Amino acid sequence: MTTEAHVHHPNYVKIWAILVALLIVSVVGSMSHVRVVLLVAAFGVALVKAYLVAKNFMHVTVEKRWVPYLLVMCLLFVAILFAGVAPDVMKHSGQNWSKFPAKQGELRSGGTATKNE
Amino acid sequence: MSASAKPIANTRSATGIPTARLITWWVIASEIVIFGGLLASYIMHRIGHPEWAESASHTLTWAGAFNTFVLLTSSLFAVLAHKAADAHDGPKAAKLLRLTTLGGLIFLCVKGYEWTIDIREGFVLSSGGFWSFYYTLAGLHGLHVLAGMIIMLIVAADAAKNQELQRVECIGLYWHFVDIVWIFLFPLLYIAR
Repeated sequence: MTTEAHVHHPNYVKIWAILVALLIVSVVGSMSHVRVVLLVAAFGVALVKAYLVAKNFMHVTVEKRWVPYLLVMCLLFVAILFAGVAPDVMKHSGQNWSKFPAKQGELRSGGTATKNE
Repeated sequence: MSASAKPIANTRSATGIPTARLITWWVIASEIVIFGGLLASYIMHRIGHPEWAESASHTLTWAGAFNTFVLLTSSLFAVLAHKAADAHDGPKAAKLLRLTTLGGLIFLCVKGYEWTIDIREGFVLSSGGFWSFYYTLAGLHGLHVLAGMIIMLIVAADAAKNQELQRVECIGLYWHFVDIVWIFLFPLLYIAR
């Protein structure tokens, strides 16, 4: 037996159909010129799809509690990485420092030198 | 090793779940950090370099969307294989696992076609920051797809003989994780331009 606690098998084809519908929504939404619509269509839909796969296909919600705790902890590590490194990467200048290559790259591509404090 | 003589790890569990599934979750947890770290790095660099939008506009959205559909469908086959294995129908589980592997093959073929077009247009790994991330992210994901396909075929070979059916769920878990990674890669590389 693959599981010691019986896993209820939902209608997987129905879940798949919902996932495909969400994929179509994200592709259609990506054609929008409204930034908010594009972001929601891209990442909001991705979060929903990931949740549906994790819940219904991976049965994370049926597993022992420490399994989702472990996965969330790993995501927290990634969030810590982002929080620690992102300010240095995303900004091109700050108090008494400036990243000339990054600014030059931006200007060369026709953008304006942003990210000033 | 004969079917009747199993390693001790297979005959006991301190965590309440079978050892094979325990290890699979540990592998997935470590992969979350690997892919999560790469994705987080890409996101922060992408936000810090708005000029990458011009490079990003060259990715083929339709190819990415089709590949997303292929992976979602292969995930369906993988979970149906798990359901078949639960019902002790090894041959059916094996057939569904092979269909899942076929999905992975289609995915890699489309990815290869995509990369051929990109390289012909002059967009290679060293073409800039965006392309470095693009090839690294998609390439690492592709390697995971390939590894999953190989393991899946091995599991399917045993499952066809109604042997080691518990492994069907484990490889399915890995495959769903690979699918989830692509669910996030698709909007990052193909939509958020």
